[in-house]
Amino acid sequence: MPAQSAQQPVLEVRGIRKEFPGVVALDGVDFRLFPGEVHALMGENGAGKSTLIKVLTGVHPSDGGEVVLDGRPVRIAGPLQAQLAGISTVYQEVNLCPNLSVAENILIGREPRRFGLVHWSELRRRAAESVADLDLDIDVSAPLDSYSTAVQQLVAIVRAVEVSAKVLILDEPTSSLDREEVRQLFAVMRRLRDQGVAILFVSHFLDQVYEICDRMTVLLGGRLEGEYLTGELRQVDLVARMIGGEPSDPGEPSDSARREPAEGADAPPFLRADGLARSGAIEPYDLTIRSGEVVGLAGLLGSGRTEAARLLFGADHSTRGSVRIEGAEVSLRTPRTAISHGIAFCPEDRKTEGLIGELTVRENIVLALQAARGWTRPLSGTRQDEIALHWIRALGIRPGNPEALVRNLSGGNQQKVLLARWLITDPKLLILDEPTRGIDVGAKAEIQKLVADLAGDGMSVLFISAELEEVLRLCHRVGVLRDRRLVAELPNDGSLTPESIMATIASGAQS
Amino acid sequence: MTSNPMAGAVRRGRQYVPLLVTSVLLVLMFSVGSVQYDGFLSGQVLLNLLIDNAFLLVVAVGMTFVVLTGGIDLSVGAVVALSTMLSAWLVERHGWPPLLVIPLVLVVGTVAGFVMGWVIHSFEIQPFIVTLAGMFLARGLCYTISIDSISITDPTYTAFAQTRIPLPGDLFVSPSVLVAVGVVAVAFVVLHHTRLGRNVYALGGSEQSALLMGLPVARTKIAVYAVSGFCSSLGGVLLTFYMLSGYGLHAVGLELDAIAAVVIGGTLLTGGSGYLLGTVLGVLVLGLIQTLISFQGTLSSWWTRIVIGGLLFVFILLQRLIVGRRKV
Ligand SMILES: Nc1ncnc2c1ncn2[C@@H]1O[C@H](COP(=O)(O)OP(=O)(O)OP(=O)(O)O)[C@@H](O)[C@H]1O
Ligand SMILES: [Mg+2]
Repeated sequence: MPAQSAQQPVLEVRGIRKEFPGVVALDGVDFRLFPGEVHALMGENGAGKSTLIKVLTGVHPSDGGEVVLDGRPVRIAGPLQAQLAGISTVYQEVNLCPNLSVAENILIGREPRRFGLVHWSELRRRAAESVADLDLDIDVSAPLDSYSTAVQQLVAIVRAVEVSAKVLILDEPTSSLDREEVRQLFAVMRRLRDQGVAILFVSHFLDQVYEICDRMTVLLGGRLEGEYLTGELRQVDLVARMIGGEPSDPGEPSDSARREPAEGADAPPFLRADGLARSGAIEPYDLTIRSGEVVGLAGLLGSGRTEAARLLFGADHSTRGSVRIEGAEVSLRTPRTAISHGIAFCPEDRKTEGLIGELTVRENIVLALQAARGWTRPLSGTRQDEIALHWIRALGIRPGNPEALVRNLSGGNQQKVLLARWLITDPKLLILDEPTRGIDVGAKAEIQKLVADLAGDGMSVLFISAELEEVLRLCHRVGVLRDRRLVAELPNDGSLTPESIMATIASGAQS
Repeated sequence: MTSNPMAGAVRRGRQYVPLLVTSVLLVLMFSVGSVQYDGFLSGQVLLNLLIDNAFLLVVAVGMTFVVLTGGIDLSVGAVVALSTMLSAWLVERHGWPPLLVIPLVLVVGTVAGFVMGWVIHSFEIQPFIVTLAGMFLARGLCYTISIDSISITDPTYTAFAQTRIPLPGDLFVSPSVLVAVGVVAVAFVVLHHTRLGRNVYALGGSEQSALLMGLPVARTKIAVYAVSGFCSSLGGVLLTFYMLSGYGLHAVGLELDAIAAVVIGGTLLTGGSGYLLGTVLGVLVLGLIQTLISFQGTLSSWWTRIVIGGLLFVFILLQRLIVGRRKV
């Protein structure tokens, strides 16, 4: 039920301005949010979406403009004040405490108490209840860091919806979720909306936006581009508004970026895993990746996609099975040995496993290349600059300044930096775990094209993504995982559809 | 998506590994002592451990709060010395009643901790630097009061020092032990069962997250240093009873013993993980090393330091291993 404009907005922002040293992140943005609506905030990577949210919730002080809550101008001094004012937020980066239990992460700050002390059994009960609300079956007393990024993202959402707020802000909550989890989340969002909660939703998945949102606000380079009713703006027009171009009907987006493997389907395998397994993480699996081939891994959250890939990079030790690279048996005990065999791994969790926020874009990009060369053969300064500038341009990293600190980049731009780091090492096998997470539509297509080109030049790619369309567009073969077991290997011969993959996952059919 | 309940239990269990290691170590040391030396295996030896280390225990409790947030407090030894000095000076030179002096000393220590916490938070300065300055300041203040040791003859203090509380089986403890046990009990409840305590853990897990989750980061941070200041001054009061003197050279290097006890007790120096009972075990381990060496009789007391050094090394390696394994 879309909001009526006659209603008073629960939250309104007028002429908000935010400057960071050297960047104007928000320049006079107006924005309003009505009770009982789901409102999308759209824009390219770096458009200022997360900054707007952080200014709204007092994480960053604003440099101008006003925030009006329930008709009264307010000054929100910090996240705590925002919560007290009825604004509940999931920020873009998962912001929870890894050392605490899931239950505490959901309820800390508002723990149920008895005689002034934390009422632990009640706390666990309430946490378990709200976790079940999202159909999440996890042990709430286990520490948070024993779960994957996706589960952590769900826990952050649970934390935000557990409290009955007037305004719920979700900054890219679905970036690492599967269809099923997204469906669950949308069900919860609809329920809250019908109860009159105003929801602000950020996502780079246009289909999701069109499915759930009533209205949207588009930002372009820190300015307000416009506010639209979802029903009145076609997707192509939206994309045009986001990138600030003319609405061009691109026709069918080329539905396959995939090329035939350079050396034909019977090219020699680059890597062959036989019965590779790690107890508790992934059951024994066989996998062959040929040169120039893109192999996809599909499966639900926690199905073992990442776990399977980590073994190939030596990030975890396998407990059985063997790996052959170009015919010779190797033992991939550490990432170092894997790298020396020409394997690169772009992990899914950019914050804890990938980027170093205190270093610059340039330093982050050359890190892996430098490590591969060894520290005794440093890259010259000019060479580093060349490389950094080349990839900043190739991936459209913004701001395009190699000396910017990575922690000040928007989420999507950070992801691009991570990707660049591994692409330049010119690996023989590139493992990409959710490489397009949080990346805007334009850049996503660029990255897919890049991967296809690299494979065309003979690089092997293992591509993990929750987005089946993307997997189908890129991959020659798709491995399907279920319950930590590789259950099928399907050739992508044109007859494969997202639905048939889902069906395979559901039935767990053996190939 | 399902979760494996066994895996969950294993994940939870891993947090207790350092605690377990310390307990095993303690039992092992005690058994070695009992086998080697006559008269070692007695309840009183164990109780003497508490009597001799009551003040260290209290100080280490405060240190646990700080270390759990990922901070460090180097000023504790100096605050202990200042407390002994202040007590002795006020009681002996000015004739103030102990019942007034003791609360005053506690207030001074708490305020000192509060101020350090406030500086650390407001100016975003490394706790290491701020508490190092605090350490110099407190030691320096001792000498402005008096260069020499001031001994205490006040009857209340001497009475307290000589009091023995009998326990069944011909055993006894000192009142300081009761105070220390009380402090441990209260701190345990605060750390594990109150919001303040849970915020301490959250802060140690990730300050940025704690802030975005809307937790009172500033208040918690300042509070842990105030708690540490309070515990140091209380430790100072107990040490005054034990030594019956105030001196600027009391408790030199105590901050390092306290940190060692916390680390051996299984608390991560990076914050966010550890238990108060671990600290108690850590203090007992340190005390037991000393006892073993005094029973041995021929080794110089410097061996205590060497053993503690070795143990610290092992425990820090152990922590590395556990943290390294934490990501599944
Ligand atoms: N703390 C900061 N310091 C300096 N610049 C910053 C900081 N935070 C954000 N920026 C800059 O502000 C601009 C807007 O960033 P923001 O994170 O709001 O983008 P976004 O729209 O959320 O993008 P994405 O879709 O990638 O998440 C970017 O140019 C970014 O580099
Ligand atoms: Mg963002």
